[in-house]
Amino acid sequence: MVKVTIDDVQIEVEPGTSILNAARQIGGEVVPPAMCYYSKLPGTGGKCRTCLVEVAQGSEKDPRPMPKLVASCSTPVMDGMVVKNKTSERVHENRGGVVEFLLINHPLDCPICDQAGECHLQDLGYEHGAAGTRYEEERRTFDPIDIGNKIKLHMNRCILCYRCVHIANQLTDKRVHGVLHRGEHAEISTYIENAIDNDFSGNMIDVCPVGALTDKTFRFKSRVWFLKPMEASCECTKCSGKAVVWMFGNEIYRVTARKDKYGEVEDQDGKTGWICNDCRFDKKDVSKWNIEGPRKINRHSVISQGQYLSPRSNAKQITDGNQ
Amino acid sequence: MGRKLLLEYDHVPGIETFDVYRKNGGYRSVEKALKSMSPEQIVEEVQKSGLRGRGGAGFPTGMKWSFLAKPEGVPRYLLCNADESEPGTFKDRYLMERIPHLLIEGMIVSSFALGAKLSFIYIRGEYMWILDILEKAIDEAYANGFLGKNILGSGFDLDLRVMPGGGAYICGEETALIESLEGKRGNPRMKPPFPAVKGLWGCPTVVNNVESIAAVVPIVNDGGDEYAKIGLGKSTGTKLISAGGNLVRPGVYEIEMGITVEEFIYGDDYCRGIANNKKLKACVPGGSSVPILPAHLVTKTATGEDRLMTYESLADGGFASGSMLGSGGFIAFDEDQCIVRNTWNFARFYSHESCGQCSPCREGTGWMEKVLHRLEIGQGTMRDIDLLADINKKIEGNTICPLGDAAAWPVAAAIRHFREEFEWHVTHPEEAQMRNFGLLKNVIVA
Amino acid sequence: MSNTHIDLNKRHSEKPEFSPERMAQVKELMNRLPEGKHKSALIRILHMAEEDFGGWLSIETMDYVAEILNIQPIEVYEVATFYTMFNLDPVGKYVFEVCRTGPCMLVGSDQIIEYIENKLDIKVGQTTSDGMFTLKTAECLGACGYAPMLQCGKKYHEHLTKERVDEIINTYRSGQVPN
Repeated sequence: MVKVTIDDVQIEVEPGTSILNAARQIGGEVVPPAMCYYSKLPGTGGKCRTCLVEVAQGSEKDPRPMPKLVASCSTPVMDGMVVKNKTSERVHENRGGVVEFLLINHPLDCPICDQAGECHLQDLGYEHGAAGTRYEEERRTFDPIDIGNKIKLHMNRCILCYRCVHIANQLTDKRVHGVLHRGEHAEISTYIENAIDNDFSGNMIDVCPVGALTDKTFRFKSRVWFLKPMEASCECTKCSGKAVVWMFGNEIYRVTARKDKYGEVEDQDGKTGWICNDCRFDKKDVSKWNIEGPRKINRHSVISQGQYLSPRSNAKQITDGNQ
Repeated sequence: MGRKLLLEYDHVPGIETFDVYRKNGGYRSVEKALKSMSPEQIVEEVQKSGLRGRGGAGFPTGMKWSFLAKPEGVPRYLLCNADESEPGTFKDRYLMERIPHLLIEGMIVSSFALGAKLSFIYIRGEYMWILDILEKAIDEAYANGFLGKNILGSGFDLDLRVMPGGGAYICGEETALIESLEGKRGNPRMKPPFPAVKGLWGCPTVVNNVESIAAVVPIVNDGGDEYAKIGLGKSTGTKLISAGGNLVRPGVYEIEMGITVEEFIYGDDYCRGIANNKKLKACVPGGSSVPILPAHLVTKTATGEDRLMTYESLADGGFASGSMLGSGGFIAFDEDQCIVRNTWNFARFYSHESCGQCSPCREGTGWMEKVLHRLEIGQGTMRDIDLLADINKKIEGNTICPLGDAAAWPVAAAIRHFREEFEWHVTHPEEAQMRNFGLLKNVIVA
Repeated sequence: MSNTHIDLNKRHSEKPEFSPERMAQVKELMNRLPEGKHKSALIRILHMAEEDFGGWLSIETMDYVAEILNIQPIEVYEVATFYTMFNLDPVGKYVFEVCRTGPCMLVGSDQIIEYIENKLDIKVGQTTSDGMFTLKTAECLGACGYAPMLQCGKKYHEHLTKERVDEIINTYRSGQVPN
């Protein structure tokens, strides 16, 4: 086991653990945000740069600080490492810079975006972003492409986290979408109009941190915060059948996998609880589900808070409420 | 004229052929290494030579080699980085075009030192005609027993392949190069793990620049100590400098490290001064990503000492008043050149070449390009200059690979040394455009 | 700004197929790589395909290459769209790529681009109506000391002047390759 100190909290973790995962083991405010890293998808991480942290001491053996901020999701801890996240002014400033970069070309269409209320970029923008924009240029837009009748790809909102590419690689060896072009023209696409057709493709929606991939069967039906999330299960031959159904009155509006406080799909029966497209898109009839009880949403987002609290004055309260 | 180690025979007719190259002492280092040296001894000689990576970063080559992991039963690879794409740099091309066998000879000796049995030269796709030259030379080397099975009866086997890129500056970054060699997009990898542990196809890999590998040949022939006698301090040996821009005689020069910048620009053996009887305004001494220096800091350091062509002297004064030797892409600007326009041009280059993986580079390089364009066409404001400086700070050091820094440094340096010229573009928009070679209509697209 | 997706009108009418000689070259390339690492040959095969099938990569061409390498078509699209040398739209018989980066600009690449535009009566990105020439700009091609320059196929034309450009265009028009 190696000892690491993050924002003055000390913890012992397995060698090879990333700084981010060590921070998650501590929990609360010391956890850096992550827009691209997804622990259930090997290969993700390092891209968004929102999880940058300061390493004030490299290790017990070599105590020199690291000159640059490092991506906590892909930097392993060393014995005696001292990390600063919330307590670093440099981190605060540069993370603000990253958030600004993510937002300059992101449409401010939250009022009509289905992801609003559970969007990680929205949370991040609120916590680290500035009130106004310094970007005077026209925002980047992409021609819409149709990737099938269940999933809507809204490329303008994409932050290129690559999670949907990694999940496709994990679930199938016949991936049909990927990242095309490069630089600021890079985009998620199938190139030719091609339906993404796989029994588990709907999980792309659950791993997308923003509103770039949304559920067509739920599109514009309701704001998420008006719905009641309920834990539910069903007999399913393809997946565990354990999901969250989002209800309004007695009607099921949408079905998602069960996600933890970092927005990642939880394990069910020892495996990542991805749900199949039948459960997600086609089982909207209450009689098909065994409703187990209310689902507590463990994220400090609008869906769990009902409203935003100022992160600075109420940071403690937010954390307490979610642990 | 100083001593030449790499380009000594570049003007010998037919030097690109095996026979002529061999007659002029070619492949001696292979004979020496395979017959009388152990791989460890070669690594030691390279360490003694003080050779520093010639691709731009200047990391000691011998040390890089010593980091290579050597697990049992796992192949190791040597990759030659011939993706030369940094604006201002065209030295590797010259070497490969003229003396392809020198690179092949260096690859054989270096592969032997590292225990690689299959090595690759990754060459930028635009140099396709050089790929033909190299493949022809490689065929000759096979035919003469310097490549293939049991080279010179030593029991050492080596296959050497040339692989082209498809047009992407980023593939000069070593992990992007590896990705590209695997037939993928040139997205740099997250580090750790470093290529020395997990590189090509997950195996331990060393990536070296063309010139670094070629330099191994004289190091093995004459010994590392002999090589280290040339140069100054930690800048040992000779360096290929490719000179471009407004010079009387641009081109590729092999210099002994330690000559003065003054001699390089004005000396008869080198560039012979600024073209068209104009004065020097500024200089980018090591490829477009290194900080630009105004004329008064080009030939002298801030403390008034002679500026020398060494890693240390060019960096003297840090970023405040120095620059870097980088890849040796030396670009001279005459008095009529517009710094704002040039900075915008470089920013456009880096935005065009960003792979788009990480957010600061993908978004930031494009943003800088747009703001610089606005300033260049006379639509900028004073606030834009500060905005640029700030965007630049948010990119620098925060990206996956050094492309972010490469994009940020030239902008920061241009504002640092030529702020009044940026301001003048804001206060005199029309005049500012007239100075761009009178090419008004080409510039305005807004 | 918007990214263009494939225009379905721009397709090859027949399935492309390498000549037996070319196919032998392709197989040779693949065989030179370690077992299971054939994908490494992708970029080089794409260059060959572009050369053989009209100077650009259509969907059909890319799908054909995917088939040869036994990989998914998206893996080819990802690569073909990343690297700037690959043309994803039809081009003229000769493609002029004029370098426009710093060192070339310092010695007049802008004027050369403008001159070619006027001479051929096209803008950057366009092809002449007779299908002979396409004009493009390129970022640093590594000829900074011999600037201004343009690349056409494998050939670098350096030290350009207006007269030299005239000569190059005329020679290509007459069906020869200029020195």
